[in-house]
Amino acid sequence: MVVAQRAPSWLRASALVQRIGSVALFVAVWQVAASAAGSRMFPTAGAVFAALVRECVDGPLLFHLGVTLARVAAAFVIAMAVGSAIGIVMGRSRTIDVLFDSWLVLLLNLPALVIIVLAYVWFGLTEAAAIGAVAVNKIPAVAVTLREGARALDRRYAEMADSFRIGRWRTLRHVVLPQLYPYLFAAARSGLALVWKIVLIVELLGRSDGVGFQIQVFFQLFDVTRILAYAIAFAAVIQVIEWAMFQPLERRAGRWRH
Amino acid sequence: MPALSAEIREKRYKGTGAAPPRVALAGLSLEVAAGEFVALVGPSGCGKTTFLNIVAGLDRQFAGAVRIAARPDGAPARVGYVFQEPRLLPWRTVAENIALVLEPQRSAVVDEVLDVVGLAGAGDLYPAQLSLGMSRRVAIARAFAIEPDVLLMDEPFVSLDHDTVEQLRHVLLELWRARPTTVLFVTHDLREALFLADRLLLLSASPGHVVAEVPVRLARTQRGNSAEIESLRDEILRHHRQLIGAAAAVPVG
Repeated sequence: MVVAQRAPSWLRASALVQRIGSVALFVAVWQVAASAAGSRMFPTAGAVFAALVRECVDGPLLFHLGVTLARVAAAFVIAMAVGSAIGIVMGRSRTIDVLFDSWLVLLLNLPALVIIVLAYVWFGLTEAAAIGAVAVNKIPAVAVTLREGARALDRRYAEMADSFRIGRWRTLRHVVLPQLYPYLFAAARSGLALVWKIVLIVELLGRSDGVGFQIQVFFQLFDVTRILAYAIAFAAVIQVIEWAMFQPLERRAGRWRH
Repeated sequence: MPALSAEIREKRYKGTGAAPPRVALAGLSLEVAAGEFVALVGPSGCGKTTFLNIVAGLDRQFAGAVRIAARPDGAPARVGYVFQEPRLLPWRTVAENIALVLEPQRSAVVDEVLDVVGLAGAGDLYPAQLSLGMSRRVAIARAFAIEPDVLLMDEPFVSLDHDTVEQLRHVLLELWRARPTTVLFVTHDLREALFLADRLLLLSASPGHVVAEVPVRLARTQRGNSAEIESLRDEILRHHRQLIGAAAAVPVG
């Protein structure tokens, strides 16, 4: 059934070709423009890829990338768990929603930089402060999305679960969560996009390892080539996570839709 | 002791916004014996669904009492509910929908009940792949699967074509004969009630209460003969004019 839903294979192949073509065009334009500029501040695509390979093989890129990814993962998991819990509670209880809605709005509008600086001032330049600051940046957005989802829960299914007395755990797992999946995926996607950007700032301001820290080092050396090499490596890994994890999960959760 | 007794002194809906408060049920009391098939017949909006929700324990905001006899072993009675819409979880397969309401060790029952309602082999389909008639069969199978002590049915055959309704009524009676249980069946269709039930309870217009009781003494094997049903129906309508609205509503419903 899923097979029937997919676009025909020639169309998918051509979509892939188009994408590769688009990327190739970008690299070509970059290469030509950088060659024409001939400046150390604007390295060619070739130079950046060479630096990328060198940093992977002989340099510390993989170590720093690993450290940063671990922070992304920790902050992401915390933000999703806490944000979902807050959102679901607010979506189900009018009283709590009214009480804390302004808090949420305030937190949503607090600039990421302010949260990070305050976290470091109050809790020191620690790993916990760094990860906590990233998570706090993301929690309100997750909460708002999941609150929407919790408000949209269909009462008729809850009544069914209730009348058959299937219990809290089964109700949560089979009745509530499936209705929240679209909201969870939306929150997770935008969450990853935000978290991996803020993690770099947190590292730049208060950690002594990670991609953000390295970029600060290269910034002081005006080493644009390696700044771009690190940036590309990191962005590529995040894109792979999106493709390899989120999209298959989302397809799996949506397989009942025909 | 009856399997089910209910005495609703009053069920009132709070007004919301422009809607004024409304009394949905007032002085509705009834008793159903173990194994009895009782049909509640009344005009649309007389509070039939409200009453079933109260019996099912979904609505506790009412004045009165509902008692359902415990099982012989002392365990609380099991209540099965066939809602007006099938209410199958669209993200679970047919078999998963039924297994969901069973204890895990009884999951073998799933294939059994699907077989009885004529849906053997449909367990792996998702509800979106079923017609409304098939979905209704699954909802009925699900309710019987828990071996209910009391089975509540809320107009489970509306919005179906005539032939499908006929089939489903027979499926229901077969199931009920094979797995006897106490049934409270809500409908606005007098013919349907006369075809299925041991006893009819006629409800007034809102606020609903029981205005009359009609035992159906006709053996179920005789009820295929529609002349008998028709004469019973005419007689009831002569005495209870408020049901004429309900009878007129049948083709629409």
